[in-house]
Amino acid sequence: MKLVLEIAYVHLVAKPKQTIVAMLGVTFGIGMFIALVGLMTGLNDFTEDVSMTSSPDIHIYNDITAERTSLLDEFNYAGFNVVHHQKPKNESAKLRNALQMVETIREDQRVYGAAPYIVSQVFYNYGPVQLNGQIFGVDILEESKLFDLQSKMKSGRMEELLSNQDGIIVGTGLARKLNAVPGDRVVITTPQGYTMSLKILGTFQMGLGALDNVRAYANIGTVQTILQENQTYITDINIKLKDRSLAKAMAADYQQMFSYKSEDWETANATFLTGVIIRNIITYAVSFTLLIVAGFGIYNILTMTIYNKMKDIAILKAMGFAGRDVRLIFLIQALVIGLIGSLAGLLIGFMLSVLISRAPFEGGDVVSLDHFPVNFDPLFYLIGIVFGVVTTTVAGLMPSRKAAVVDPIEIIRGQ
Amino acid sequence: MERVLHTYKITKYFYEPEKFKVLNEIDLTVYKGEFLSLVGKSGCGKSTLMYVLSTMDTDYEGELEIAGTRVTGKDQNFLAAFRNRHIGFVFQFHYLLPEFTALQNVMIPALKLGHYTREEVESRAYQKLETLGVKDQALKNASKLSGGQQQRVAIARALINDPDIIMGDEPTGNLDSHNSNIVFDILRELSQNFHQTIVAVTHDEEFARRTDRVVEMSDGRIIS
Repeated sequence: MKLVLEIAYVHLVAKPKQTIVAMLGVTFGIGMFIALVGLMTGLNDFTEDVSMTSSPDIHIYNDITAERTSLLDEFNYAGFNVVHHQKPKNESAKLRNALQMVETIREDQRVYGAAPYIVSQVFYNYGPVQLNGQIFGVDILEESKLFDLQSKMKSGRMEELLSNQDGIIVGTGLARKLNAVPGDRVVITTPQGYTMSLKILGTFQMGLGALDNVRAYANIGTVQTILQENQTYITDINIKLKDRSLAKAMAADYQQMFSYKSEDWETANATFLTGVIIRNIITYAVSFTLLIVAGFGIYNILTMTIYNKMKDIAILKAMGFAGRDVRLIFLIQALVIGLIGSLAGLLIGFMLSVLISRAPFEGGDVVSLDHFPVNFDPLFYLIGIVFGVVTTTVAGLMPSRKAAVVDPIEIIRGQ
Repeated sequence: MERVLHTYKITKYFYEPEKFKVLNEIDLTVYKGEFLSLVGKSGCGKSTLMYVLSTMDTDYEGELEIAGTRVTGKDQNFLAAFRNRHIGFVFQFHYLLPEFTALQNVMIPALKLGHYTREEVESRAYQKLETLGVKDQALKNASKLSGGQQQRVAIARALINDPDIIMGDEPTGNLDSHNSNIVFDILRELSQNFHQTIVAVTHDEEFARRTDRVVEMSDGRIIS
């Protein structure tokens, strides 16, 4: 065994240029895989993080647009009824006993937190211009517990909302559009025609333009006033779980228990998750193509080497090396090329990742980013080296087998 | 006398381009210490017989016994190990491994055999190189040696495991007369002083005349 290793080593060292070229093929493939997968999953994780932190695991609301049984069905329940283009009833979106529901939900050990809220569509009056937006009436402390609002505050203090019944905290994008800073007052109008003057107490930035440009937070009471509803008017409950993966099952339970629409994050973000999957498929397809190309390079070089070493193989066999010894000699060469090439690839990939993660990148209004997010998960490095070694071994297998079955007589007599 | 090699009715066919009987019921016995040369016209089957005897060609009928072991019908792995232990080869073209030094070339079969430690193998290899007068070339790359030197290193390599028999396919065929004489004298000496059994295929009449026994072949048969 040791002798076989020695011979393989001498072969590798005797043609350093060829060996290095073969290694570079693997290095390039693995390096690009690491850099690509790091960037792709980094971006995926970032967007997932942003959209997940600002979206609840389970969202309970009164879905007044849901299909309902028609009057006709109620009276003529045995017959065959067709009701064309049925409209929703004029009913309130209010959740009955919302606060008791919240108490019940909070008692569940699996629940991290539950926050009731209401939303109002508003127009922000900016001189003669009206900007579209939403005001969320929330229990600011519970909301912060769920969505970590505290760390997203860009100016002002979120606690001030507790002592200000006419205060709001606005998104940075909205504040910029309104040309407003904390302390300024802004006049809002609801679609129902109610007008109110509110004081800006602070600004927050979630990182998603879609939110930061339209959203504002106020106390539940403030929004109830804006909507001209009473103090029991709550339309939505957001729930965060300790383990997000339970959401789907628990959402179904809650829907059963409260008989209100209960939606889990997977359903709510289905398109987003599909995007993640497609991006992952592309990343892996490109990376594996690179590695397979590198594998073909190794196959070529080993085939060439074996062709050039026919005489040596014949001699080794005459001297008493069995086919399996000869195969091992060339397989070891493939393995060494794969291993060193892959390790160098990991290093190159890591360095590329570091460079990418430091490259400035302006996310614009859509996402708040100043550089690329890159994932340095060790798992990818493990996948990289395993795949690199496996591809090169497979690529080395065929030429090595060819070497193992070389007929020494043919070579020796052929001279 | 001790029998080193024995064949019983070895027959072999070539199938390309058409079926052709290249060896016809060869019976041959070689005794220990014999220096035997195998001669005959080109195409008479002497090289073919030689490769059957070498155990590398297993496609024949009849039986072959070397050093008391019946090798006919054994698998390739067994035969490889058997060659390593019992047979030394010297070819017409010196066939050293070009990336290795002369010393390493001589050591490889012994390291493969694994009967001795690396240090012992190295000192034995030096000893063999000295016997063949190429000790001073030991650390040179095999590809840097002259033809005569390479052939002597190849003989040292053939001797390293103290084989029962050395087989040569035109061992002097590719050398000038001076080197040819040196190599022949070495083989002669090995046979006389160390009772080394040697079987060599040759078309050199001078070479054949000076061996102990000449076996002449014609049309796949031994005629004398």
